[in-house]
Amino acid sequence: MNSTHAGMLAADAIRPRASRWPARLDVAQSVSGLLLALFMWGHMVFVASILVSKDAMWTITKLFEGYFVFGESYPGIVSVIVALVFGLFILHAGLALRKFPANYRQYSLFGRHMRGMRHEDTTLWYWQVLTGFALFFLASAHLWWMLTHPGMIGPYASADRVWGDHFWILYLLLLFAVELHGGIGLYRLAVKWGVFEGKDPAASRRRLRAAKWTITVFLIALGLATLAAYVKIGIEHAPQRGERYTPAWVQHEGGES
Amino acid sequence: MNAPATARRLRVHVLRYNPAEPEVLPRTQTYEVDEAEGMTLFILLSELREKHDPSLQFDFVCRAGVCGSCGMVINGRPGLACRTLTAELPADITLAPLPTFELIGDLSVNTGKWMREMTERLEAWVHTKEQEVDLRRHEERMDPDLADEVYELDRCIECGCCVAACGTAHMRRDFVGAVGINKVGRFRLDPRDARGDEDFYELLGNDDGVFGCMSLLACNDLCPKELPLQSQIAFLRRRLARI
Ligand code: HEM
Ligand code: SF4
Ligand code: SF4
Ligand code: FES
Repeated sequence: MNSTHAGMLAADAIRPRASRWPARLDVAQSVSGLLLALFMWGHMVFVASILVSKDAMWTITKLFEGYFVFGESYPGIVSVIVALVFGLFILHAGLALRKFPANYRQYSLFGRHMRGMRHEDTTLWYWQVLTGFALFFLASAHLWWMLTHPGMIGPYASADRVWGDHFWILYLLLLFAVELHGGIGLYRLAVKWGVFEGKDPAASRRRLRAAKWTITVFLIALGLATLAAYVKIGIEHAPQRGERYTPAWVQHEGGES
Repeated sequence: MNAPATARRLRVHVLRYNPAEPEVLPRTQTYEVDEAEGMTLFILLSELREKHDPSLQFDFVCRAGVCGSCGMVINGRPGLACRTLTAELPADITLAPLPTFELIGDLSVNTGKWMREMTERLEAWVHTKEQEVDLRRHEERMDPDLADEVYELDRCIECGCCVAACGTAHMRRDFVGAVGINKVGRFRLDPRDARGDEDFYELLGNDDGVFGCMSLLACNDLCPKELPLQSQIAFLRRRLARI
């Protein structure tokens, strides 16, 4: 190596290298958002099983409690899963905070800009921040409850909570907030990292946006139907509130729930 | 000409303010003008200045979408005045200066100053391997396809529309904007530039750079030169996240 090159390296070494954290945090935000969104899809399948039958929902609940592996129920397993999701949720919310308007000035600058621009993706971001903010409270309430009452899941137990304990209000708000936020988030993930970009980014973006709205509308419809099913069971079951569901075939075997 | 009777009367609302006269508060001034065939906002504004109000400030040089000096907010959205036909707009036209740049007066803003600071910050010029460039030597040949790719990104006219369209730039003053990210993409492609992704990370790998972009894509949708800003930002984000 000649001396000029060595001199350059020394000069470079004196300047501190840029931190790698902005890159890591950006990736962590996207990965945590992706995992949460995928979990929410799974979650929708689990709760919507009530639309198939009470037995189907009971079976899925028991699956998570390890009943079919250990021969008895361990609701603690549910608590562990909830704790993991809660951790992911806190991480994601913490990272998202960096993107929130930091003060009223930024908030109003963005608002004015958005109204003038009439640009869909800019407006969607506003809704993502708004729903994200709502999720701070709504999802925290739900997650905390499930963390501390992991055994209280089942066709009757859940329906009694939805109707008897008025949780339907929380769940209705949660449904809209999560589906809007998750849908916009997944779309943004795709354009942000350029996945599915293909040869014609504009055309794939139009397709992504159409897919995003289709999925969101479908999931909100499915969620409303599911919630209605729990409300119906909850109303019917109100006189025996607190009683747990046990499928007929388990009663024959002499099992319990 | 056919049917001048159907020509519209345009109401042009111009946001006026001159920082040199701070005692005169910002105000909207409305002018009425008869629309002419093939009228652009450049023609309209020139007519306003000639016939109505010689004090009206705005910038034009090329009148053909090449110099980038006529960017302004047209009915809420940034665009080039010289490339905007009044026929595409409603009869009420609201004009305002690009909000993310220093105001010179009325519709005239100092994009040049912003662009220069950004260019210096991002060191947006070819960094050759040699310390001294031998000007007598022929430049090395560039593969034509690659030259096309570089040229595609080099078409940016620094009009500032992408910055004014960007919600992130509105909230965070130091954000480099799509124009800055695109510039880094351009020099990254250039085979004469000796810098690698490590070096570009130093310039762009932070929350004022590519990781600050919130992917609102207004830059991509409003760039008058239709630069592939969406792909460029996503590409650099992937590259620099891997460092
Ligand atoms: C306290 C709760 C939450 C808050 C405050 C929140 C907030 C945010 C914000 C502000 C963004 C935009 C970040 C950006 O522009 O880079 C975002 C992105 C995202 N969120 Fe959430 N979120 C929350 C919960 C959730 C949940 C439950 C899901 C799953 C359905 C989710 C999925 C996503 C996805 C997929 C993204 C895109 C990630 C990215 O842009 O890198 N978020 N979140
Ligand atoms: S990228 Fe497009 S909008 Fe931005 S300055 Fe260049 S030409 Fe103008
Ligand atoms: S994608 Fe959005 S946030 Fe990023 S530079 Fe473009 S307009 Fe700004
Ligand atoms: S006057 Fe040059 S771009 Fe409009």
